[in-house]
Amino acid sequence: MKEILDILENDPKIQPKEIAIMTGLTEAQVASKIKEMEKKGIIRKYKTVIDWEKAGEEYVYAIIELKVVLRSRTGYDTIAERIAKFPEVVSVRLISGGHDLSLTVRGKSMKDVAFFVAEKIATLEQVQGTVTHFVLRTYKQDGDILFEKERSERLPVSP
Amino acid sequence: MSDKFITEAVRNIPPSGIRKFFDLVLEMEGVISLGVGEPDFVTPWHIREACIYSLEKGFTSYTSNLGLLELRELISKSYKKDYNVNYNPINQILVTTGVSEAADLAFRAIINPGDEVIVPEPSYVSYKPSVSLAGGIPVPVRTNRENEFRVTAEQIEESITENTKALVLSYPNNPTGAVLRRKDLEEIAVLANEYDLAVISDEVYCKLTYDGLHTCFSSIPGMKERTVILNGFSKSHAMTGLRLGFATGSKELIGAMTKIHQYAMLCAPITAQMGAVEALKNGNGEMEKMIREYDRRRRLIVDGLNKLGLDCFEPKGAFYAFPSIKITGMTSEEFAGGLLKEEKVAVVPGNVFGDCGEGHLRCSYATSREQLVEALGRIESYLDKISCKVPARSS
Repeated sequence: MKEILDILENDPKIQPKEIAIMTGLTEAQVASKIKEMEKKGIIRKYKTVIDWEKAGEEYVYAIIELKVVLRSRTGYDTIAERIAKFPEVVSVRLISGGHDLSLTVRGKSMKDVAFFVAEKIATLEQVQGTVTHFVLRTYKQDGDILFEKERSERLPVSP
Repeated sequence: MSDKFITEAVRNIPPSGIRKFFDLVLEMEGVISLGVGEPDFVTPWHIREACIYSLEKGFTSYTSNLGLLELRELISKSYKKDYNVNYNPINQILVTTGVSEAADLAFRAIINPGDEVIVPEPSYVSYKPSVSLAGGIPVPVRTNRENEFRVTAEQIEESITENTKALVLSYPNNPTGAVLRRKDLEEIAVLANEYDLAVISDEVYCKLTYDGLHTCFSSIPGMKERTVILNGFSKSHAMTGLRLGFATGSKELIGAMTKIHQYAMLCAPITAQMGAVEALKNGNGEMEKMIREYDRRRRLIVDGLNKLGLDCFEPKGAFYAFPSIKITGMTSEEFAGGLLKEEKVAVVPGNVFGDCGEGHLRCSYATSREQLVEALGRIESYLDKISCKVPARSS
């Protein structure tokens, strides 16, 4: 299982036929294991990492730190689930330290993001305070380095 | 300058077949190369970082001729751990600038003019010229596909004469990917004892062994005293350009090699040695990742070549597939030249590794899966062009 996941994590477009050759399993076994992992939610989704800046699309990202006050019967999960439903919110994490929740928010402009935070997040009953950090540049995302990859200049033929 | 000043030994060495092919490839653009004998991974960052840090701290001086003691101690520990062989870091390990230097030193320390050295083929291109430059006579022993290119004790014994001084072993093998089993090595060890041979065992690909554990030749009882193990960091830790190798052996042999090394090279670069220290201390995780990836590519290329009808036994080590192109009726140079010209895929003709490599190609799978799949497609198209597509072999 782990080997298949390892291969898929780096190349979600790879076909079961190729995975079968690489792992020594049959194609049917690979297909069935992938299906099983999809069903169990081990494989959540097949995603594409895109450098939007390179694609000429302008997006503004911000990391928002939230201080949350818990009410009776309203734990972190409840507030986090509610916030996660906003399409502008890319990620929600409960963190240790000076703040409780850390969000990543995406908008078309700084104004968009600021408006969203002020109108939709800061106004939530449990939210006591917000700190917004605008992302100036992303160098690495989901384990993928976004600046030009290092290249090894190998000779075309060597001993 | 006239070549009258050039020694006969140098003049007699033929130019490398790889070099000839390399010049051809350089003239072309858009080539997919399966001709590369080095990892396609860049040296893991933590090793590079160690090199950079060593420069920042001002480590730019000579080291002991033998190499940094810390590095030799780590090498010693790794041999104890991996093979239960004890090498004293004080006088039984020599750090060199790459395995090539270590091989050259071993030949020069062991060979007297006229001594014969047995070299199983196909083999890495430098052994025979290095033996000749040391004044020896290389005696090739042919291995074959039927025996998975494993040299046997019988074959070696047939080539032994009263002048035989040494034997070269190079497994996992470049270019075939062959690996010797422990039993093979034990039989060869009996011969080495019987005929009192020195053994130069190049084990630079030892970490790249896919099925079963690698057996270090000096771990065979009685062999340590007559064996020089050559090894390095190029393949296991993707450090080819850092040029760092080492030799292990008896105090006497290492002492003799060190004499030459201290006059010729003095010591290996300290920056690379600091990188190697880091590689041995913390490099296993990255190394294992690379090996897993090579293993996957190995299966892909071997399966692909066999499906094209190019008989390829499953290599057990290194990162080369060595398929036969005999069904085409072409020589390996004709096939490789044609494939390069027609489809822009570079492979190395098998004959450059010895006569018995004729009819084969060396295809390195130290390149991305995408490139391998693309190269296989182009090879198929070339086979179609020369009307040599044959039904896939049943596996």
